[in-house]
Amino acid sequence: MKNWQENERSLDSIMNRNKNVVARPQKNPSYKNPGLFHRIWIHRESYLLMLPFLVLFSVFTLLPIFSAITLSFTSFNMLEMPRWVGWLNYIRLLLDDQIFLQVLKNTLVFAFITGPISYVLSFMLAWFINDFGPTMRSFLTLVFYGPTLAGNVFFIWTFIFSGDYYGLLNGWLINLGILREPIDWIGDTNYVLSVVLVVQIWLSFGAGFLAFIAGFQSIDRSLYEAAVIDGVRNRWQELWYITLPSMAPQLLFGAVMQIGASFGVSEVIKAVAGFPSRGYTADTIGTYINDYGVVRFEMGYACAIAVVLFLMMVGTNKVIMKLLKGLL
Amino acid sequence: MKVRFHRLRTNRKLNRSAGGNFLLFLVLALLGAFMVLPLLYAFVSAFKPMEELFIFPPRFFVANPTLDNFIHLSQILSNYWVPFSRYLFNSVFVSVVATFGSVMVSSMAAYPMAKHSFPGRKPLSDVVVLALLFTPQVLYIPQYIIIAKLGLINTYGALILPAIQSPLGVFLMKQFMTQIPTSLLEASRIDGANEFTTWWKVVMPSVKPAWLTLIIFAFQSIWNQPGNSYVYDEAMKVLPSIMSQIQAGGLARAGVVAAVALVMMIPPLVLFQLTQRSVIETMTTSGIKE
Repeated sequence: MKNWQENERSLDSIMNRNKNVVARPQKNPSYKNPGLFHRIWIHRESYLLMLPFLVLFSVFTLLPIFSAITLSFTSFNMLEMPRWVGWLNYIRLLLDDQIFLQVLKNTLVFAFITGPISYVLSFMLAWFINDFGPTMRSFLTLVFYGPTLAGNVFFIWTFIFSGDYYGLLNGWLINLGILREPIDWIGDTNYVLSVVLVVQIWLSFGAGFLAFIAGFQSIDRSLYEAAVIDGVRNRWQELWYITLPSMAPQLLFGAVMQIGASFGVSEVIKAVAGFPSRGYTADTIGTYINDYGVVRFEMGYACAIAVVLFLMMVGTNKVIMKLLKGLL
Repeated sequence: MKVRFHRLRTNRKLNRSAGGNFLLFLVLALLGAFMVLPLLYAFVSAFKPMEELFIFPPRFFVANPTLDNFIHLSQILSNYWVPFSRYLFNSVFVSVVATFGSVMVSSMAAYPMAKHSFPGRKPLSDVVVLALLFTPQVLYIPQYIIIAKLGLINTYGALILPAIQSPLGVFLMKQFMTQIPTSLLEASRIDGANEFTTWWKVVMPSVKPAWLTLIIFAFQSIWNQPGNSYVYDEAMKVLPSIMSQIQAGGLARAGVVAAVALVMMIPPLVLFQLTQRSVIETMTTSGIKE
């Protein structure tokens, strides 16, 4: 047992490219190039620790994902057996579907407007909040995480933006004399997308935000003291040279969650703009998938749309990761 | 001399201008109002009688607060086949077990991914992140078939087992665990601890804020999952599936909808306050150190 652990330690230092690992001088040359099976055997405890997750993950996530990708090459109405159609779904989607262009445009609006806004806001807010005393910090975290915490309370925005005289916004604007007639915020195709954007920004402070809050305390305080000695003079320098690099893992986590949230936005749209929204003006790829999968029972086509969305997210993720890793 | 001056200042926070402070306060207040007011409106609406929900000019606050909506809700609930307490028990049981399982399983898997260099580490970590980016809407059918094939329909297992595997949880824990200094783990191994003991005794205590945060994410998503496609037996159903049935009632029940949202919000809110306090308490002690 003892012997094995020593072997493993020396192996770790040969192979681990992690910068935290300090390389040790090698005494036993026979471990320099161990075989694959030998390396797997040495790390058997690592695999054992991952086993419960790997089993459940394969069954409930990976297998369904592979089934969905396979289904995207079929015609499947959920009643009869799927029929293989090759690339037909993709051809129809990319060349023949006018509405897809519309929802693609909306998706990109969400991805490239609310995405970056939410991400930067979440980080800045977590950074500000970190400076307050414990009570205020706890209170402010609750205030900003509140909308996400409250689950499906976003239906309240339909009361606020309601198109009749009873709608809160219309009532206020008419009272103030700005409007004479109520505006149909949700029914009018000129406004509905902006309404959903507002609600989406309201929901900005989600998983990434909380991870940032928790991440700020993983930073070793002595780094800040050392930084002052090294000549860091103001808070922006401190942010740039100490805080951001120390928060790299949380920032990457936040970015992935943000990409998933902004490209996949659908529940909010369904609740606020209706499903499908008038003329698909507020629909995204996410709700479009629902339209085909749940309403029209064209599961093969829905899966093809999902695969295209997935590829878009993976591409964006690659670019963002490159950018972030270059910055940090 | 200069050096000494700097050392004297190290314990103080870096200075900030008064104008900057004011601007910061203003931004926080405005954004905070934008966050809180709709929530407050939802809260207040739950206590509004029917007449007040549809008046002109619309009123933000309630004039004659009433518990009618909640009474109406309990009346609707008492008409269901199974007593309300059964739904509540199912929900609490499923949420607690699945949250605990999810946090454990995720952290156990995240530790080797963050700190060991086993063959397959890189592709495995990539797959976990990619899984987070796949739209869940098209996964329901394959998931249903798998759950049915496993004989889990109408069991707690259908609600708990899929919820325990959480790529989000593994990713979150992994990101925090990469920050643990390797020397800390080496010290534990020199003491003769195996990897399981190292994970439990050394790794988990040093990423406390991470798993406290994960508890919130896990509980929140499990508490709100309806699961009605996997569970048809009324006695096995959880609160969200009943609540969505009530919400489907539409505008005539606008007040009840607000009441439902309020009731469903309480457990995640309490849990959030409890864990967040602990996160912030650990904050006062400094970060991970060797």
